[in-house]
Order: sequence, then structure tokens, then C-alpha cells
Amino acid sequence: MQKIKCAIIGSGNIGTDLMYKLRRSPILEPAWMVGIEAASEGLARAKALGLKTTDQGVDGLLPHVKKDGVRIAFDATSAYVHKDNSDKLTRLGVMMIDLTPAAVGPYCVPPINLKAHAGRREPNVNMVTCGGQATIPMVYAVSRVQKVKYAEIVATVASKSVGPGTRKNIDEFTRTTAGAVAKIGGADEGKAIIVINPAEPPLIMRDTIHCLTKELPKQAEIEASVHAMIAEVQKYVPGYRLKNGPVFDGNRVTTFIEVEGLGDFLPKYAGNLDIMTASATRAAEMFAEEMRAGRLSFEPALA
Amino acid sequence: MNLKGVKIKVHEMSLRDGMHPKRHRISLEQMQTIAKGVDAAGVPLLEVTHGDGLGGSSVNYGFPAHTDQEYLRGVIPLLKKTQVSALLLPGIGTVDHLRMAADCGVTTIRVATHCTEADVSEQHIGLSRKMGLDTVGFLMMAHMIPAEKILEQARLMESYGANCIYVTDSAGYMLPDDVRARIGLLREKLKPETEIGFHGHHNLSMGVANSVAAIEEGARRVDAACAGLGAGAGNTPTEVLVAVCNRMGIDTGIDLFKVSDVAEDLIQPILDNPIRIDRDALTLGYAGVYSSFLLFAKRAEARYGVPAREILLELGRRGMVGGQEDMIEDAAITMSKERAKTRATA
Repeated sequence: MQKIKCAIIGSGNIGTDLMYKLRRSPILEPAWMVGIEAASEGLARAKALGLKTTDQGVDGLLPHVKKDGVRIAFDATSAYVHKDNSDKLTRLGVMMIDLTPAAVGPYCVPPINLKAHAGRREPNVNMVTCGGQATIPMVYAVSRVQKVKYAEIVATVASKSVGPGTRKNIDEFTRTTAGAVAKIGGADEGKAIIVINPAEPPLIMRDTIHCLTKELPKQAEIEASVHAMIAEVQKYVPGYRLKNGPVFDGNRVTTFIEVEGLGDFLPKYAGNLDIMTASATRAAEMFAEEMRAGRLSFEPALA
Repeated sequence: MNLKGVKIKVHEMSLRDGMHPKRHRISLEQMQTIAKGVDAAGVPLLEVTHGDGLGGSSVNYGFPAHTDQEYLRGVIPLLKKTQVSALLLPGIGTVDHLRMAADCGVTTIRVATHCTEADVSEQHIGLSRKMGLDTVGFLMMAHMIPAEKILEQARLMESYGANCIYVTDSAGYMLPDDVRARIGLLREKLKPETEIGFHGHHNLSMGVANSVAAIEEGARRVDAACAGLGAGAGNTPTEVLVAVCNRMGIDTGIDLFKVSDVAEDLIQPILDNPIRIDRDALTLGYAGVYSSFLLFAKRAEARYGVPAREILLELGRRGMVGGQEDMIEDAAITMSKERAKTRATA
């Protein structure tokens, strides 16, 4: 059966890593890589691997969408330009998977709500942030046992793994992550903190997830739920590990996570980026299955 | 060096850095009383927020007795001359907090990043400057990189719009020559109109000596806290700094006796523990570890039975930076597991 053709917008580190993951997919085919600089290493790499490329941004892709049968696009650029990219492509009937923290579409954290997105026909889904993908499953692991009145995550990432887009707009990370911690994690209130650490050799992504439960925590159930969720995430991010916890201290439940990447293109310490590309790939695979089964299609808007 | 007649601006830290030893629980009334005392003593600038800056209220750093907004609104209207600043750490606080603080009447925003990560501050420094506020770039843990690297980062902050750049000795690790090298190079290379500041901790008892070294090299803003009320073994004590400046003829504009009364009568009585260089605070300065880790390490010792000193040394080895308070409990658990394993096999 034919694979579903995809375009990657953004030829930087994330776009390149995503390309390697898509090439392994039994159901997705990376067909286009879109950049904005002719000299981009990412574009050269994509070309060498047989993808079509353009250095004219999304506008360079638009004339080819129909004849090349592009059905899914990944936006790995920045929150600032995402909406514009998304509008142009969804108008042509392309489904948009957003790896920026723009949060134009609904949040998607695969082990929690990927299935719920099936059948909703949303033209744009948002992958939250790296910190969100790494931590929200742990919030949910507690909130599916009992009510969480407050959840707070601390994501610590290696300095070398934080690109200029995130640095220019770090507030977007904290806001989007906090919103999704509450909404998808299932807490009444969410807070997100990001720390950038320049240590050499670079440290592997670490995440700490604090939940304050309404009633005293049901320890055995939470422990079982946390371990089950770790196994669920490990299906697509094998280096997702519980380092310590859950710690119970009054109403506080804290889990300590480490996220090591697969090292497809990005270095292994950059688990924060790997979990984004892995989650996006997993989400796209489900949508692609829906498309192949004829349950999901988007008609181009009338010009 | 003859510093007679040099004017410096002392920036009072007790109601922000001092929130750390108080676990962010200074009451509004205590804050108001201390702020009024500081104002009457002629201190030009006073920082008021959670110890970890705007938006610091959290499980990770501690929930304060009041919100930043309540503190700022409670303190600012009482002051006759002293102006109020707020600290903001990108990654913890956002521009929304910055706008709130400006709305409450702060005149100064200090945007703090780890010393190698200045480029996360563009958004916040840019907005603060655009709003017409006195805008400070605050490079933390500045002992971790050499002067030339500090300069690169300082230039970034300057380019975003900061009118003052701080060398921040968050770990209280620096010796006077370390301060001289960094401040001296910034003074030489940054724009002449950009002010230079120094923020010290007293973990190696160097707060005052380092501040004087900074002034000699051209720093004209110096952070200090009455009674040293700050993280670790505290900040440079304001009353001691003012006394030394008086002796040297450096003009702080501060009344020494009034400020020492604030330390003695208003701050000493509210301390939970004496601010002193105990073995753990000494370890911060000796190993170059972020000063606000102190109480977290002591609590982890109490819970997990691993000495705070060893936890702090481990955090230093791992290269932990400001804001990684969560890693203290993590390290303590890991270390206590390892100890149990060693005991079991012994």
C-alpha cells in the first residue's frame, strides 16, 4: 500500500531528525523538505536522501502540494511564523502537525490523547513543547488515579540542545507547557519552568514533575500508574526513564525523569528534541492510518 | 586605590535574596516595616519579589506568604525616596509578570540568566527598556566562565537594551582577583554609558572585599543586604559595606547608623536561623554551588540521611546551575540508594 506523503517545514536540527524518523516509518514518506536558506545543510542532506527541496519557504512548496500528493506537513520552524505556514497549507487540504509552541491547534500528547484526536478532523494539531511531551504523561499518570489540584514541571535541557527560536521566545515555552500541563495533564492549575544547563559533556534532558493531590495520594495506585505510563512512552521514546520517585510527601507527588534521545540525527543528550520528533511521528502515523482507511481527508478550500 | 568622592548606588537585597533564608515567607507587615527602615536610611534601590524572582512561587522553589503583586503593592506606596526593583528569571517568570511589576510601580527590572545563556533574555530586556524602565542584565554564577566569555554575554544583554550589566557571584565563590578580572574587562569594553554592577555572597566571607574590588574596577552599583539577609551565608552586609565605604570616602548616600538599626532591630528578630558561614554555606563558596540550594540540601539531609555537604558537592560536580533545586532531592535519593547498596554488600 502507498505511504502517505509528508512535507517537513524547517530544515534545521529538528526537521532533519524528523526526516530520519519518517524514513523509518512503515506508513509515512518524507517527500519534501522546506527551508529558507539555499546554503542550508539540512536541505542538502534531504536532497541527498532523495527528498524534493525548496529554499523559498512554504511558498516554494505550495505549487507542488497537489501533484505530489502531500497530505501531512510538519512545522519545525518557530511559533512566530507557524500560523502563516499552517493557513497556507491547510487551505490546500494538508494536515498540519505543529512542533512549535504556537498552539494554534489542539494539544496532542500521544500516550494520553492521540486516540481521541481520531475522527475529530482537526486540520492542525499541536505537539505542545519538548517539556510538555516529557512531563505531561507523568501528570496524567497521577490525575487518572485521583484529583490533582496543581501540577508543576521543571524541564532541564542541555544548552546545546536549545535553538535560537526557543531562546528568542522562551515565554512561549513556559506558557504553552503550563497550559497543556493543566489541560491535557488533568490538573486544575499548571506551571512550567525551564532551566538551560551548559555543562560539558552536555547533560541528558531531566524533568521533574510535581503534583499536589487534593486528597492524600493513593501511593500504590499512583506507583502502578506511573510505571505503566513510563512503559507507554518507552514504546516511541526508548530512552524515557524513571530516575527516582514517585516521592510522596504529604500531598506532593514528585517523579524524576530522564529522557535520552535515539540519536538519529540529534545527539543522544537532546532527548528534549527527540521526544518531539518521536511524538510527532507517532501522531502522524495514526493520522496516516486514518487517511489510508478513508476516514480522514481534508478538502482544499475553494480558491 | 583612592576612591574618595566616588558615588555608588547600593541595591538592597534583603526583601528578595533574603526571601531564601526565610523560605519566601516574610510577612507583608515585616516587609513593610523593613522597607520603611531602608527608605529612612537613604538606600536608593530595594528589590522586592519572591527569592527566585517574579513568578518564582512554586513547589520547586517554595510558595511565598504573599504574591509578588501583593508585596509590590504593599511596599511601593509606603516609600518616600527608595525606588523598587523586581528580578525576573526567563524560564521561570514571563513578560506578563514584568508588565504586572511595572504596573505596580517598580522602576527597575533585572533580568537574570545563567552566565552563558544571555540570549534567553532578549524578549524581557527588550520589553523592559521599551517601557522606559531602568533595565539590568544579571549574569549569574559568573565564576563559571572567564572574563572574556562574560564580556560576550554582557554585550548580548547590552545589545538587547540593558543599561546596566551585573557580574553575579551567586555561589559566593569568587576571590577579589576574580571580581577584578571580570568587572575590569566589562568596564573597559562595554559602552561607557552602560553601568556595571556586582552582586556578592558571603560564603567565603568575601562579600565586602569583593564589592570594594568591584568598585575599584568601575562598578557603580553594588548589591547588599541588611544583616546579610540573603541565600547561603547571605549577601554582602549593607551596614558593613556602608561603614567601609564611609572609611574610604566612597559616597553611598546611606546613613550608617540607620541602616545598622534596620539590620539589628528589624532583620535579626525575624531570622529563622542565624545567617552565618556554617559548614554547608562554606561548601557552597568552596565548591561553587548556587547559594539558594542551601536550605534544600539541609532538608534533603534530614529526610534522606545524606549529609548536605556531600549533596552540595555532588551538585557542584554535576555542574548544576541556578534554578535546579529539583535536582537536590533527586541527588539525595540517588545517593541514599547507593549508600544502602554499599552497606548491603559490605
